[in-house]
Amino acid sequence: MIPELGHFALILALLLSATQGGFSLGGAARGNHAWMAAGRSAVVGQFVFTAVAFAALAWSFAERDFSVLYVAANSNSQLPLFYRIAAVWGAHEGSLLLWSLCLAGWTLAVTAASASLDAPFRSRVIGILGLISIGFQLFMLTTSNPFDRLMPAAAEGQDLNPLLQDFALAVHPPILYFGYVGFSVAFAFACATLLEGRLDAAWARWTRPWTLAAWLFLTIGIALGSWWAYYELGWGGWWFWDPVENASFMPWLAGTALIHSLAVTEKRGLFKSWTLLLAVSAFSLSLLGTFLVRSGVLISVHAFATDPARGIFILAFLTVVIGGALALFAWRAPRLNSAAGFEVTSRESFLLFNNAFLVAALSLILLGTLYPLFMDALELGKVSVGPPYFDLVFLVPMIPLLALLGVGMHAAWKRGLLGSMRVRLVVVAAGSLAGALIIGAAAYGDIRPMSTVGFALGLWVMLSSALIPVMRLRSRQPLPAAVVGMVVAHFGIGLATLGITGVQSFKIEKDFALGIGEAATIAGYEFKFAALRDVRGPNYVGVEADIVVSRAAVPVTVLKPQKRLYNSGGNPLSEAGIEVGAARDLFAALGDELGQGRWSVRLQYKPLIRCIWLGAILVALGGLIAAFDRRYRAPVTSTAGDRAVAPAR
Amino acid sequence: MTPRRKRLLAVAAILVGVGAAAALASLAFKDNLLYFYNPSQVLAGDAPEERTFRIGGMVTEGSLKRTEGTLAVQFVVTDYRHSIPVRYEGLLPDLFREGQGMIAHGRMNERGEFVADEVLAKHDENYMPPEVAESLHEPQPARVAE
Repeated sequence: MIPELGHFALILALLLSATQGGFSLGGAARGNHAWMAAGRSAVVGQFVFTAVAFAALAWSFAERDFSVLYVAANSNSQLPLFYRIAAVWGAHEGSLLLWSLCLAGWTLAVTAASASLDAPFRSRVIGILGLISIGFQLFMLTTSNPFDRLMPAAAEGQDLNPLLQDFALAVHPPILYFGYVGFSVAFAFACATLLEGRLDAAWARWTRPWTLAAWLFLTIGIALGSWWAYYELGWGGWWFWDPVENASFMPWLAGTALIHSLAVTEKRGLFKSWTLLLAVSAFSLSLLGTFLVRSGVLISVHAFATDPARGIFILAFLTVVIGGALALFAWRAPRLNSAAGFEVTSRESFLLFNNAFLVAALSLILLGTLYPLFMDALELGKVSVGPPYFDLVFLVPMIPLLALLGVGMHAAWKRGLLGSMRVRLVVVAAGSLAGALIIGAAAYGDIRPMSTVGFALGLWVMLSSALIPVMRLRSRQPLPAAVVGMVVAHFGIGLATLGITGVQSFKIEKDFALGIGEAATIAGYEFKFAALRDVRGPNYVGVEADIVVSRAAVPVTVLKPQKRLYNSGGNPLSEAGIEVGAARDLFAALGDELGQGRWSVRLQYKPLIRCIWLGAILVALGGLIAAFDRRYRAPVTSTAGDRAVAPAR
Repeated sequence: MTPRRKRLLAVAAILVGVGAAAALASLAFKDNLLYFYNPSQVLAGDAPEERTFRIGGMVTEGSLKRTEGTLAVQFVVTDYRHSIPVRYEGLLPDLFREGQGMIAHGRMNERGEFVADEVLAKHDENYMPPEVAESLHEPQPARVAE
């Protein structure tokens, strides 16, 4: 009964999405306020019924209703309640429902917060969001209905993929989707602007906090995914340039470029059409990511669907949304001229460089991600693009980007750099280089060209960011939230750069065959395989090793890696044993029994790896602080006239 | 600067930027493209001899052998027409099993064995790497009667 209610709710949500899209866009086009109001009311209904559908599916999981195909395929009666709920988005159908719910949530938030906007513009935004909702709900109902019944009902479910039975991965998809879908707001704003054919500073000011919010969720989602891959996939890597990772990283790069370009559009009225194009791109890349991940064209743990009908639907949807938006852009963007000029060393030109480098990195990553698909489609052989390609094409634009970042933050709008600032920055740069050499020599006893460049850039970005609040406080200038957010986020980027450099330059990863009582030494740490015992969890059994770590005969820690076998059957799963430290992680994973009482063991030394995720948290925190800047909450003045009768267009 | 010269400068900057990116991409592509072959293609001589590549197929039942107490392992990969022995030293992925799909990265040695430096296995029960699935579904030569 409950699943059928969910199914009906989903159909009603689709009808309300159509109402929302049709009446809002139609009302805006004809200046009909009753229609526009109807479109706004549909938003609430659409959210409620999508939420009901989602709750019905969650209920079916919680109640172990194995007569629902999706529930039977992705959960098990022994699965703890937390993971049964997380299993709702553990596979294709449910994750689409979650996507749809996120979209309905964002739409509701935009509708609630946009009362001060010009009514037709507001309705166009709501209408475009409605059109996107239609696409996703239609996709679910026609090809991927999570409420399909299984006749006869299964006695027992097949279980959630054990790799996904983990806290970080349970919360990773909702956060990531919230970010992905959040870009739909900037997208809808851009399309509405193009439809109206005018763009002012108020538009950019309005879009900024929404874009920041989406981007900060995406940042956290990506960081969680990376952290999960590190400890759960069992092999200690934190980024693999897997197509699925790229699928979430590309919208992030576009979103990062967008927040910077929006700053210029708001403050100086420049880069207008470029900003719109980025807003369209960020969401298009989110959709492309969905296509890549969910259509089964990629080889990955995330590739759920292999049904060709789904792939074709997503591809058609993608073509309509991206093609439509780009066509609208080509038609209307030439109307948006920006005439003002700026100096070469002004902040505008630094932000232009920021955008150029981010988009270059993004394009090259996109090329590497799609290249195998093109080759395959053209029957030119099966290829994959290796991580070294991505390392290189990402690193090359990032070095000048980070170098310019430290200067750009201190450059004034329109004019150039101030004289006294130049001296300070030279001092900071020299200090960063010295610091990099000291870190290399003192901590790792090795000064390599690339690690020195990385450490120096990381320190440079951190120090030049920190200089801003110091100088502002000293000269008693105000320190608005937007500036604090920028400083925190950039400091985080610097910290993550330090971490990435440390790990990539000085990590040690080695496999050993160890018996009880035997030891291996890496990076000065002795890892002794001390004991092996059986363990039993709520839905698995396994073995656990004691690996005693000591340094110069002083005990450091005991690592307890496990090898688990889930009761639902299937393959064993390694749980790594990790000792976390500010300066380094020590990592042990248990492999297979090799005979003669020996086990294969992977031991790793990962310097500064925590800085990567800590940096990512600071980046997201910076976005959060900036999104709460008071100026975004001030009433929008230049597009006032909402309450007046809308002028005839 | 006149607007005309400014625009010219902007176009030149874009051209230089795009050119640099294209050069970087082709440079990076040259060494980092990994080709995929199944055992039949390798035995037919399609695979490069000097470069590393990826081989994929099913792990033959009963072919997995370990050198007791060490990390050295060998097994046979097959596409049900031809088979190639694979040697590897290190941890096998959790999901590696006989009778299931896998992909290995490495190169051929002079004894006709594939020496792998990385082994990847399927990610869940129902999963088979698309390359493997497709290469298994190619028409079997035996069935071609003419």
